[in-house]
Amino acid sequence: MRASWLLVAFLFLGAAHAIDAERLDDPALQQRFERLTHELRCLVCQNETIADSNATLAADLRREVRQMLMAGKSDVEIRAFLTERYGDFVLYRPPVTPRTWLLWAAPALLLLGGALVATLIIRRRARVGRADPAALDEEPHNP
Amino acid sequence: MMRAPRFLVPAAAFAVLVGFLIIGLQKDPGEIPSPLLGKSAPDFALESLADPARKVGSTDFTGQPWLLNVWATWCGGCRQEHETLLAITREGSIPMLGLNWRDDRALALQWLSQLGNPYESVAFDPEGEVAIDWGVYGAPETFLIGADGKVLHKQIGPLTPEIWRRDFLPLITPARGET
Amino acid sequence: MIPEIGHFALVLALLLAIAQAVFGLGGAARGQGAWMQAARSALAGQFVFVAIAFGALALAFIERDFSVLYVATNSNSELPIFYRIAAVWGAHEGSLLLWALCLAAWSLAVSALSTSLQAPFRSRVVGILGLISIGFLLFMLTTSNPFERLVPAAIEGRDLNPLLQDFALTIHPPILYLGYVGFAVAFAFACATLLEGRLDVTWARWTRPWTLAAWLFLTVGIALGSWWAYYELGWGGWWFWDPVENASFMPWLAGTALIHSLAVTEKRGLFKSWTLLLAVTAFSLSLLGTFLVRSGVLVSVHAFATDPARGLFILGFLTVVIGGALLLYAWRAPLMKSTAGFEPTARESFLLFNNALLIAALALILLGTLYPLFMDALELGKISVGPPYFELVFLVPMLPLLALLGVGMHATWKRGHLQPMRNRLLGLALAVAVAALVITGVVYGDIRPLATLGFALALWVMGSSLMIPIARWRARQAIPGAVLGMVVAHFGFGLATLGITGVQSFKVEKDVALAVGEAATIAGYDFRLMELRDMRGPNFAGVEGTVVVSSEGEVITTLHPQKRLYNSGGNPMTEAGIEVGAGRDLFAALGEDLGQGRWSLRIQYKPLIRYIWLGALLIALGGGIAALDRRYRRVVAAQPATGAVAPEASR
Repeated sequence: MRASWLLVAFLFLGAAHAIDAERLDDPALQQRFERLTHELRCLVCQNETIADSNATLAADLRREVRQMLMAGKSDVEIRAFLTERYGDFVLYRPPVTPRTWLLWAAPALLLLGGALVATLIIRRRARVGRADPAALDEEPHNP
Repeated sequence: MMRAPRFLVPAAAFAVLVGFLIIGLQKDPGEIPSPLLGKSAPDFALESLADPARKVGSTDFTGQPWLLNVWATWCGGCRQEHETLLAITREGSIPMLGLNWRDDRALALQWLSQLGNPYESVAFDPEGEVAIDWGVYGAPETFLIGADGKVLHKQIGPLTPEIWRRDFLPLITPARGET
Repeated sequence: MIPEIGHFALVLALLLAIAQAVFGLGGAARGQGAWMQAARSALAGQFVFVAIAFGALALAFIERDFSVLYVATNSNSELPIFYRIAAVWGAHEGSLLLWALCLAAWSLAVSALSTSLQAPFRSRVVGILGLISIGFLLFMLTTSNPFERLVPAAIEGRDLNPLLQDFALTIHPPILYLGYVGFAVAFAFACATLLEGRLDVTWARWTRPWTLAAWLFLTVGIALGSWWAYYELGWGGWWFWDPVENASFMPWLAGTALIHSLAVTEKRGLFKSWTLLLAVTAFSLSLLGTFLVRSGVLVSVHAFATDPARGLFILGFLTVVIGGALLLYAWRAPLMKSTAGFEPTARESFLLFNNALLIAALALILLGTLYPLFMDALELGKISVGPPYFELVFLVPMLPLLALLGVGMHATWKRGHLQPMRNRLLGLALAVAVAALVITGVVYGDIRPLATLGFALALWVMGSSLMIPIARWRARQAIPGAVLGMVVAHFGFGLATLGITGVQSFKVEKDVALAVGEAATIAGYDFRLMELRDMRGPNFAGVEGTVVVSSEGEVITTLHPQKRLYNSGGNPMTEAGIEVGAGRDLFAALGEDLGQGRWSLRIQYKPLIRYIWLGALLIALGGGIAALDRRYRRVVAAQPATGAVAPEASR
């Protein structure tokens, strides 16, 4: 990717966040590590993932996740380890359980519901239009 | 006036929302209840703070109710509750095990000698691994474990005499199990 | 002395707001011209006194008056004057004063520019705006007085949070508030319409430019916040689905649906009750957002210092205003029957689907944001709903919306007349599909289905928008402001989608440990740490790194990330080095000294990210162009004084 016409270097400020340069040797494990830590909530700085949070606990939890990955645990097992200790709060992706069924069903329900309502309205209006076609041609129709 | 009840749906939905918001105002969204309640206390065995050769752990108090208090010298709330902890121990009814979390051994020993030591024994957890097993996310936190080894209660934040009386005492007497 | 003047001015403003509401609504109900005129005068007075109060607070900051509690907690003597002024709205009490000022300003503008609107209707609008002003002024005077004194006065203030000492973030709240608060105008118009039981649609024509104006401010405000977060917070994210961000996005979605719905109501007299409901909803979401930020019911990095007592007041206010409006709606909306028809492929259909999808998106975000609260209230436990949920779920209504948008733009009213466009649109669809495959396959080297779809839809919308001015230019036809505005805004929407797809699909982030002289590579770019030196600034000290970025052996730029410790204390601040290019940003941030001469760094490659904000600016620009269409200015001049409940007028 070559650079092009806009070469401006900006300097901007931000609160320090976690830059954890320790990497797992296996790139597949590293990728899993990044994905997992970006979906786990820091319990101290509760607006951040444990990937980004500066808190000591976040660093400790990152260490635990790394150790578990190297020990061959699956993503499911790693998440279970954390929820056993901290509850579902630690997952930024809410689990799919009877308690969260509404949350996960909502997209489909709203889409279907909205489409249904819209279709019924359009049908009704089309009937009105067919009943009085002259009204549809009354004025020039530019957008 | 009620020409079509469906026009009341928005107002009704809003009323439900307000109901939830009123309840929400009385709750603390950042407080995380412990999933360990009702389950067996996590096992551990760590070096004692005072004597690295000695081990301190969850099996030290089987058969009786006991307290686990998570503390550190960098924690302001721990300083606040220290008097209460000393008072509880003076009462002598229930042993307290301290979990020194992510701290410096020398500083921690100094703190105890200066301020008094309410703990039967103190486990030293510099890496925080045992704290994670107990779902600790801040200090101070205090756990009540029953005689059967099950976690009965978790206090998040400094202990006060009222909280002790209100939340812990009612659970301790039946928790003794036997006479 | 000045703070007391400010405080007194607020009390006067409250009294005038009460007069505004009473005379405004009462005058209209009784047909008393004198009362209605008095309401407008009261409004002018209210504005003057709120402005005086605002000026007094600003002066207190400029003069470093640390005997005022609010000034002492939010500034100190070292703070440069620009930030001292911006600190006025840096925390809860001052930001409420900003709210009140914006509300008074919008109210005055509506009152002044609506001289040819029928007096009773205008008076009701003024009266309703007065009721809302009362709420905010009362809230300030009873629970959140910005002029509270600190006795004894502090010698030095605490400071404005260094995170907020930044240009973009100083203008972000005023612009955002102008947007949020501006929806009160549409709300007031809707309530006045419902109160009068108006069946005609002149209110829709009146509301539209005001709503567009508020909406464009909100668009810019949100874009500013996102841009700021990207460069300021140092980890390169631009949207976090944080509850308060969602609280600003929901009114935007409602506002977008509203401006489209107003178009249908204005042109065809259709969807009247839906449009009225949307007008109430947009402002209601603004108020709900205010509640969420200040009550402590949700965990958010944006939240102001929270206090359940304040939360209760806002909730009560919310209940009265929104509940009242929704009951009014339930009572009067059934009257609003439309008799027009349209064909299934007409513009009306597309706008209907557009609104259904926008409302679905809004509902999903609302549900996700409040679900943890719902579960906690029902004692079902604590959960978190974060980006993994929102990112996934938001796509569900958005993908169909993008697809339909490309077609709907060309549909005419009533009949649609899409047949002539069929071949051109099919051709465009094919072209964008190929282009998207080229972008993902060739340019980024990874044909990912979702990314390809995203690029295709973005180009689809952009191309489809351009078809309109091109066709008109070919036919030597003029483009009315409203049409040009629509084209620009939709094009901007497509451009923003392009940026979002690019950055979310192909960004690369890596945390590395480098010693001086070492390099790390991402996406074909080498980041080499050349130097690390200690440095000092006016009110901070720190370390600056020099990172040279090259690609294929050629040096592209040099970045200077810094780590700063401010004199006033607090956490260390990262200052990222960012290089902006036509197709991507390159990003480097310093982490920590790892010892033995090594430092941790975060390096990032962010393709197409700038187009997100450029697209947003175009959306706002389009809104502005549309709002200034001559049609609306003509309406101001030629409004006849007919009776309040007129039979439905044909266009």
